[in-house]
Amino acid sequence: MSTAKQVDPAAAAELFIIHDQIHEPMHDRFLWATMQRRHAEAAAVPEWEELREIASKIKEHTLTHLDHYLEEFEANATKRGAHVHWAVDAADHNQIVYSILQDHGVTDLIKSKSMLQEECQMTPFLQQRGIKVIESDLGERIQQLDGQPPSHIVFPCIHKTREDVAQLFARTIGTDPNNEDPHFLTEEMRNNARPRFLAAGAGMTGGNFAIAETGTFMVCTNEGNADIGAAVPPLHIASVGIEKMIPRVEDMGVFLRLLARSAEGAPLTQYSSHFTGPRKGGELHIVLVDNGRSRRLGMPEFWHSLKCIRCGACMNTCPVYRRSGGLAYGATYSGPIGVILDPTFDEFKYSELPFHSSLCGSCSEVCPVKIDISDQILKWRRVMAGKGYLPLAKKLSFAVAGHVFAHPEEYHVVEQAAEPAMSYAPHFLLFNRTLNPWVRDRELPQPAKKSFREWYLANRSKHGNVQQ
Amino acid sequence: MTQPETTVQRTLPDNMRIGLFIPCYIDLIYPEVGIATLQLLERFGLNVGYPLNQTCCGQPMSNSGDEKNAQPAERLFVENFKEFDCIVGPAGSCVKQVRCHFDRLEQTEDVKHVRQNTYELVEFLHDILKVESFPWAEFRHSVAIHNSCSSIRGLSIAKPSEIMGVPFDKTANLLSKVKGIVVVPVDRPDDCCGFGGTFCVTDEAVSARMGIEKAHDHVRHGAEYVVSPDMSCLMHQHGIAQRASLDLKYIHVAQVLNGGPY
Repeated sequence: MSTAKQVDPAAAAELFIIHDQIHEPMHDRFLWATMQRRHAEAAAVPEWEELREIASKIKEHTLTHLDHYLEEFEANATKRGAHVHWAVDAADHNQIVYSILQDHGVTDLIKSKSMLQEECQMTPFLQQRGIKVIESDLGERIQQLDGQPPSHIVFPCIHKTREDVAQLFARTIGTDPNNEDPHFLTEEMRNNARPRFLAAGAGMTGGNFAIAETGTFMVCTNEGNADIGAAVPPLHIASVGIEKMIPRVEDMGVFLRLLARSAEGAPLTQYSSHFTGPRKGGELHIVLVDNGRSRRLGMPEFWHSLKCIRCGACMNTCPVYRRSGGLAYGATYSGPIGVILDPTFDEFKYSELPFHSSLCGSCSEVCPVKIDISDQILKWRRVMAGKGYLPLAKKLSFAVAGHVFAHPEEYHVVEQAAEPAMSYAPHFLLFNRTLNPWVRDRELPQPAKKSFREWYLANRSKHGNVQQ
Repeated sequence: MTQPETTVQRTLPDNMRIGLFIPCYIDLIYPEVGIATLQLLERFGLNVGYPLNQTCCGQPMSNSGDEKNAQPAERLFVENFKEFDCIVGPAGSCVKQVRCHFDRLEQTEDVKHVRQNTYELVEFLHDILKVESFPWAEFRHSVAIHNSCSSIRGLSIAKPSEIMGVPFDKTANLLSKVKGIVVVPVDRPDDCCGFGGTFCVTDEAVSARMGIEKAHDHVRHGAEYVVSPDMSCLMHQHGIAQRASLDLKYIHVAQVLNGGPY
């Protein structure tokens, strides 16, 4: 068991909701609108459901032959002049990156968005060693300036209003606090960022896909920031999770059609860049990172989570995520995909996450690679319950409920006890009267004067299957 | 917006025995839903039996991952219903529990039989009986339909908005055969209402937020009634609407199709 404190997403989500009347409704509305765009874009592709199935199959095939494709990728990338490194975990990844930077005497690093680098906690590691690290993605830069991790894997600062950003920029880069026009704010940040691209000794990116047959990796962005970061400094380092492998270039025709439509309801990201070997006069390093992925690949009930292409559609569609904000999950990955990924890093710390879901199932249906997210959430609940990580009140109450429901004679006593209305709902839901949050925002249902069973005995006792 | 009309009414064998599955909360809080379901099935001349030893399908425990405390209830369910040809219950999430989540029990012939032959009421009427009319039913009100997440995504009672293809809604299809009814469209028909079983108390703030938005969506479109195949969602929504003093009434689809009791 880890020594980390359990995160409490329900409590954090409550703070997001009651904080004011602005943030949570805005967050919900924006992501709901994104989903409507996604539906419209998906509907415009007649073979959408077939594409999802093919994408899922390609990912399953690749993951079940991962050793083969990783070696093929390494051989082809090396042939094209890239340096390929293997990182077994986060510490290894960070050390490899640091060594490359040291070898080149780099002190200023500009990086584009990478959830993997976030997962590895790379930025604090490098900063502690005197490297200046600047995020070049606008949303990530906003989060960096605010000292917060990204709250969404595609829209890092989606929980912030434009007023929040205006205040933040006023504080950190000296803009007018009363000017919250998005064009103005973006332009100010653009001007602020340009010199940093020029000053950087190295640019870092992630990788959305890694193509084994060519040793190419792809980076998809809307701002073109990854491309400048890769093109201006002489050194390009890319962090790529081992699950990003795709066998062939032609497979990209499947994934690119799904990615941006699922992520943001757009046909494509503005930039879909292929990096095959270093550019002329430059140097390219690719760090292939495991960090728990091969262990996850060995988990029969959970390995499908490795198919994820990080589009964030499950987050946008999730009614719980939309009301909670991503920071409530207290983990690198938030929303439904986070609920099934985070416990693979620390089961105890993230043991409450699988319960932060209404199990509505929308995530599984929207997922472009058909990960059974909702089923995996339930399976993680089983893991947590099996380890005794169920919240104490829930565990105690189920022991009583489980017993009563297994013994009809005891159930009928409860049934006929004419419980006072005010204590009924807790019995049904938790069998725990003292800790009942039902009534905070809801009226209690009234128990009927006569149960169905009593009615049946009085009205149909000669009918059907009476076993008195 | 619905599936093509079905034309052939399937004749079930005379000796077919239907087991009436009345979930615990319907038994105790909403007996009128159980009565409506039974009367409705009897109108079609079916041989319906109600096993008196039924308690709960185990869903509250199973849903929380607590298999140890769920399995005795699940085994009892199989015992109670294994002799029936078909089992019908007016509750999507409970039927989904039986069909999809009895997977940790030893898969005996009885368990397999019960899982394969348990139907939610709407799908039973729509897909098995293929009912074409409810001449006894009349409901002169505007209603919003709330198909539960379990019914939509677990039992395919309606097309989820995430999946591409021809839209269908079996609940709407059945209700359209009721005289006088006006079904109003809503903005977010298949966005979860926030009930989610124990979720509604363990994640109270988020659940309540989801619930109140659902209620406002219904009010905004002029619904007098919210009609659902899942009374558990409505129990939550009703509690929310009452607290917020919203003028909405909540009833089960069986009550509308049977013409009461209300």
